[in-house]
Parts: sequence; structure tokens; C-alpha cells
Amino acid sequence: MTAVKSERLKTAGELFLTFMKIGGFTFGGGYAMIPLIQKEAVETKHWITEEDILEITAIAESTPGPVAINSATFIGYRLLGVPGAAAATLGVVLPSFVVILLISFVLRRFWDLRPVRYAFFGIRAGVLALIAKALITMYRKCPKGAVSYIVMFGAFAAAAFLKVPVVLIIICCAVFGIVTSALGRRRTET
Amino acid sequence: MIFLRLFLSFFKIGLFTFGGGYAMIPLIQEEVLARGWLDSGTLVDFIAVSESTPGPFAVNIATYVGSQTGGMIGAVCATAGVVLPSFLIILLVATFYERFRKNRIVEGAMTGLKPAVVGLIGKALVTVALTVFVPMGVFTGFTWTFAVSAVLCVIAFVMAMKKIHPIFIILLCAAAGIAAGYLLDL
Repeated sequence: MTAVKSERLKTAGELFLTFMKIGGFTFGGGYAMIPLIQKEAVETKHWITEEDILEITAIAESTPGPVAINSATFIGYRLLGVPGAAAATLGVVLPSFVVILLISFVLRRFWDLRPVRYAFFGIRAGVLALIAKALITMYRKCPKGAVSYIVMFGAFAAAAFLKVPVVLIIICCAVFGIVTSALGRRRTET
Repeated sequence: MIFLRLFLSFFKIGLFTFGGGYAMIPLIQEEVLARGWLDSGTLVDFIAVSESTPGPFAVNIATYVGSQTGGMIGAVCATAGVVLPSFLIILLVATFYERFRKNRIVEGAMTGLKPAVVGLIGKALVTVALTVFVPMGVFTGFTWTFAVSAVLCVIAFVMAMKKIHPIFIILLCAAAGIAAGYLLDL
């Protein structure tokens, strides 16, 4: 009994360390993390299979929150239940938490220096380009069709011109999706 | 109570963001800018900092805003808030996995959520563009600042589409910004 318990503890610690490594070496977050999870959890540790990765990505996409957190929690839970989920999630969050905490105290002091100001002047233009690229990537992954375009422009207009709260837009679009796909199914069934 | 407010704000952000990363920006703009925790320029700067540091954007921004407004404890509260919804929901989903995957309601909701996220990021893009090109809120004409930003933005966009790593793009933009700043005495 105790042997099983210590074995479990050992793997929870291993989960924590592995996900700390994954969290510490992913830059840009989200999908940048998938290849790392693949290497660590599939190839090195044999915790999960290649198909599991696809499944996990699909789940992470259709649940709220960052993809990195979702995948870590899901893999941890699969392997060791709730303690495993907690260990993996804590591991994946810890590196960014520590790094940002350190940076936030340093950054404040440097922000007003002339070269730093100039650097961020350039960087802002780059960030705009990165967001534009993210928009294109998201658009390509999106199903095309009348319903899609209506929701897309509806959400944009509601947020940009009517100042509708984002949460309300998200809820309305989800309900709209549920209703239209149910109506579509009924039409094909009759 | 600042700690509770940080926790609740970031809990809301974590709960209503689908797709992670940049999909989070519209809601962060709404919550964080409206409460005066950051200004729009600092938010754009921080997106770059987040791209160049490890970990998911959500955790980075939560930790940063938390530490700026409530110190160490604030950082813990905001980060716990943004992580908790995903954690709890995934635990639920993992338990009822088979039923979740083939659920028509979940499938239907996704057909609405995917395009909604595109529309919302579109709005975030417009806001960030305004921050970059009209920094003072009024358009002051085609200045050097405007021209350098426009050229850099186009170059960065082409590089991003060619799948060049974001960190490299940010470093290049930083170098170009410093060079242009001193050369043109902006």
C-alpha cells in the first residue's frame, strides 16, 4: 500500500518537473507548446500516444482558457487523477509566473530610459503585425459559410461600434451556434 | 478589496476566452483598461514582453497586472484566477470525456464561438492599430513616427507570414526602433 503511494508521489513529482520544463521552454504559449508536449510526454516518457495529442488539442480548443493550461490539466488527470492534474498545471504555470514577477520589478525602472522607449516604439509596430497574423490564422481555421460570416461581422460590430461587453458577445454567439446547427440538422433529417 | 477584484477579473477572463493567446486580448482590454490597471500602450508593450518570455500569454499578463497593482499577493491572486476556470472545466470534461466529445450542444456552440473569436480579434487589431498610429488619440498627420511604424509593421507582417519566430521579429523591431529613434531624433 505504501509502496503504491510512494510510486504515485514519484510520478506526480515527475509530472510537475516535466511540465515545468515544458512551461519554461515555450515562447509565445498555446500552440507553440504542442510540439514540446509531444516530445516530452509521447517520445520521452511514453505517458500518452500520438493520437492522444490530437484529442487533447481538440479538447483544449473547445474549452475556455489557455491551451497550455488545458493540455497540462488534461494529461495530468489522465495519468494520476486530480493530484496529477494539479501537479502538471502548477508545473506549467510556475516558470512564467516567476519570470514575469522578476521582470515586472525590473521593467518599471527601465521603461522610461530613452533607448527602451525607442525599442518599444519599434516593437509596438511588430506586435500589431503579430496580431494581424493571428487573426489570419484564426480565420483560416474557422468554418466558412453564411452563419460564420454573420457571426464574425456581428461580433466585430458589436464590440467595435456598439461597445457590447465581450462576455455577452461570446454567450450570444455560442447560443446562436447551438440554435443554427440544431436547425440545420433538422432540415437535413426531414 | 484589490486582491478579490484581481482574482474575479482574471477568473472572468479565463472563463470566457476560447482558443487562448491573442483571443484573450479583447476581454483583457475590456477588463484591465477599464479599471485603469494598465493603459493601452503598456498593454501592447506587454504583449511583446509576453512573446519573448516563456509560458502562456494569459498567465504572463495575469502575473504582470497582478504584481503591478497588488504586489506579490496580487500576482498570485490574478494568476490563480486565470488558471482556475480551465483547471476545473478540464477536470469535468476529462471525467465525462466520451459524452463531451460527441455532444451536439458543444459542437453547435463551437460553430458560433470560432467565428466570434475571429471577429473579436479583429476588434482588438483595430484598437492596437489606433494605439500604434494615433498614440495621442488625435491624428497629427504623416509624421516620421507614423512612417517608421507603418514600414516596420509591413516588414514584420511579411516576416510573420513566412513563419519567422516572433521573438526574432520583436528583437528586429526593437533594434529598428532604437536606430530610427536616434537617427530621426523622435
